[in-house]
Amino acid sequence: MLDNISILLQAPIFAVDLLVQGLLIGGIFVLAAYGLALVWGVMNVKNLAQGDMVILGGYVAYQCTLWGIHPILALPIAFVVLFVLGWGVYATIIRRVVDRDMFTSLLATFGLSLLIQQALNLRFGPEVKIAEAGFGTFDIGDLSIPAIRFVGLGLAAILAICIVLFMRNSRMGQAIRATSQDPRAARVLGINTDQVYAFTYALNAAICGAAGVLVAMIWNIQPFYGLVHSIRAFIIVTAAGLGNLPGVIVAGFGLGVWENYSGFIFGAEFAVAAVVGLLVVVLMVRLFQMYRLRQVVR
Amino acid sequence: MRFLKMDLRAATIAAALTASLGLAAAPAEAKVDGDTIILGSAISLTGKYSTNGIHAQNGYELGVKVINDNGGVVVGGKSYKLKIVYYDDESTPARGAQLAERLISQDGVKYMLGPYSSGLTKAIAPVTEKYKIPMVEAEGASRSLFTQGYRYLFAVLSTSEQYLASSIELAAEIAKKNGKKPSDVKVAMAFENDPFSLDVRAGVVDDAKKFGMKIVIDDKLPRDLSDMTSTLTKVKALKPDLLVISGHSKGAATAARQIAELKISTPMIAMTHCEAAKIISKFGAGATEGILCPTQWAETLSYKDDLFGTAAEYDALFKKSFEGYKNVPYQAAQATAAVMVWKDAFERANSFDSEALRDAIADTDMNTFYGGIKFSPAGNNVAKPMVLRQIQDGNLNVVAPLKWASSEARHPRQPKY
Repeated sequence: MLDNISILLQAPIFAVDLLVQGLLIGGIFVLAAYGLALVWGVMNVKNLAQGDMVILGGYVAYQCTLWGIHPILALPIAFVVLFVLGWGVYATIIRRVVDRDMFTSLLATFGLSLLIQQALNLRFGPEVKIAEAGFGTFDIGDLSIPAIRFVGLGLAAILAICIVLFMRNSRMGQAIRATSQDPRAARVLGINTDQVYAFTYALNAAICGAAGVLVAMIWNIQPFYGLVHSIRAFIIVTAAGLGNLPGVIVAGFGLGVWENYSGFIFGAEFAVAAVVGLLVVVLMVRLFQMYRLRQVVR
Repeated sequence: MRFLKMDLRAATIAAALTASLGLAAAPAEAKVDGDTIILGSAISLTGKYSTNGIHAQNGYELGVKVINDNGGVVVGGKSYKLKIVYYDDESTPARGAQLAERLISQDGVKYMLGPYSSGLTKAIAPVTEKYKIPMVEAEGASRSLFTQGYRYLFAVLSTSEQYLASSIELAAEIAKKNGKKPSDVKVAMAFENDPFSLDVRAGVVDDAKKFGMKIVIDDKLPRDLSDMTSTLTKVKALKPDLLVISGHSKGAATAARQIAELKISTPMIAMTHCEAAKIISKFGAGATEGILCPTQWAETLSYKDDLFGTAAEYDALFKKSFEGYKNVPYQAAQATAAVMVWKDAFERANSFDSEALRDAIADTDMNTFYGGIKFSPAGNNVAKPMVLRQIQDGNLNVVAPLKWASSEARHPRQPKY
């Protein structure tokens, strides 16, 4: 471990390499986490199928490459496909659990996650798949960085900006925000909360689908890979605090960087463990902050 | 009267129970049904191992078909046909063990063929051992299968610790040829944290130690591997002479892709599962040039037998028999070899007694299109080496061991990124 740290001190170029690579993948983490924060915050549904929806989006990209469509063009396709699918899932499953206790929604979305995994396995088989974009590598001095990572971050940023603008300015965006603040009051004021929920869930699925396209272009996908993406999204949202959008962005990028550094220093097997470790630290800091806050109130 | 009625009912139930027990007992004789010898296998026809499970099943079926077409199995002067009863283990070990139990205790199968993967074999071996049923398996390579003292388990394939050990030997040879000492070679290792890959690692570590090589990176990759950036950045920093990787198909796909993306210039790279991950067609001949890939079997090897002919002839026959195969996976070839072991054992034992058959299998010493088969007391095949192929201009050419090599190893590798 000390050897690895000394490499970073002796040749800082590798520290820069890890930092840049981490930031570039962080953008994708932010997307899926933002979707989760939306569903969690507005509907109080903990969507365990989050990562599986990401993977599903990846398979849309893969299927598009089979049809000869470039994976970048698959991004709007996946967005629309997953939006429709998300609406369907809401109408058939989520609508029935949205007012129930936490475990019902956890169980329902866990079942959904299994369903997606097995359906993908049945259709595409268990082997890993990729959607090759063929952008090559950028050479900046001694750094070699896959161009697709820059493209991925750019697309993620454009998408994120669009969503933020939509939430801020559109009628539906306002309705979503109103519902998340107080669903009863929103209903009294004539907002069709059922429709808001459906839209929110569908939007989350669409965001996941878009993130999945980026995942399939940058890494690889396999029907059972959803869990890691779910875990990352949950960690980011928890670390950021619910309803904290800037927090989600910082936590997402931070997670990407931290994963890379801890993989380098502790070894690849501890990358995820280091992330969970970090979460524990964040939660403990939060707890102490809250203690202090309570004392002040008292 | 009422008591009588009850007695009658009890008697009926008792009779029904006896009858059902009798029925259940009847198939226990089904090990040989008329002129058919019945073999059993629980194998992954669905679930995450289904691709390879089906390759293995095709291999079994081709073995059975060719043996039956060529006079079957002769026991006691009479010719018998082979037939395999399959159950789908859904790629889950618990289900595999359950189905093995069902094959043996309900269906009366006395001769087993293995499932796909080391994990499933590990789940099934205790069951076959319990019932003292010999099992010839072709798809479980984990070293730990052969350290449990199993008496009825036999594997036709080379065990996992041999997968990449040959690359260490090759690196040592090349170092000597270049006027360097083998102990100067720096090795970087990245292995998935699963039983198979850790066995592969153990073999590499043993061999590296033998030559006094220095291991500069020893990373374990997570099971849901999709990013190796941090490990490969370390490779860039430490510039090893040899990089060895094992993490099933996903490991090979991830590594091949990111090695090209990050322009890794290590002169020698060896990884398992190149073929299953289809790295040449996915990432191009230029990016994968010079990568070394171990395989259990290749159609270019000069192994042969009387039933299938040469490895190349088996390859042609397999492609003709099953649609959709451009390359014949070694999983299929070794499955066929396992059926051949059974035929050979039946004929030498000249009996259907499972204990006599177990001893006959233990004494196996045969040459097949798949390579030599001779079992150690632990049950693994010691007659067949692992073969190392190198990607050369988009083709997989055998470069080691030298005895079977079809071309010379290219060093250092010269990829076009």
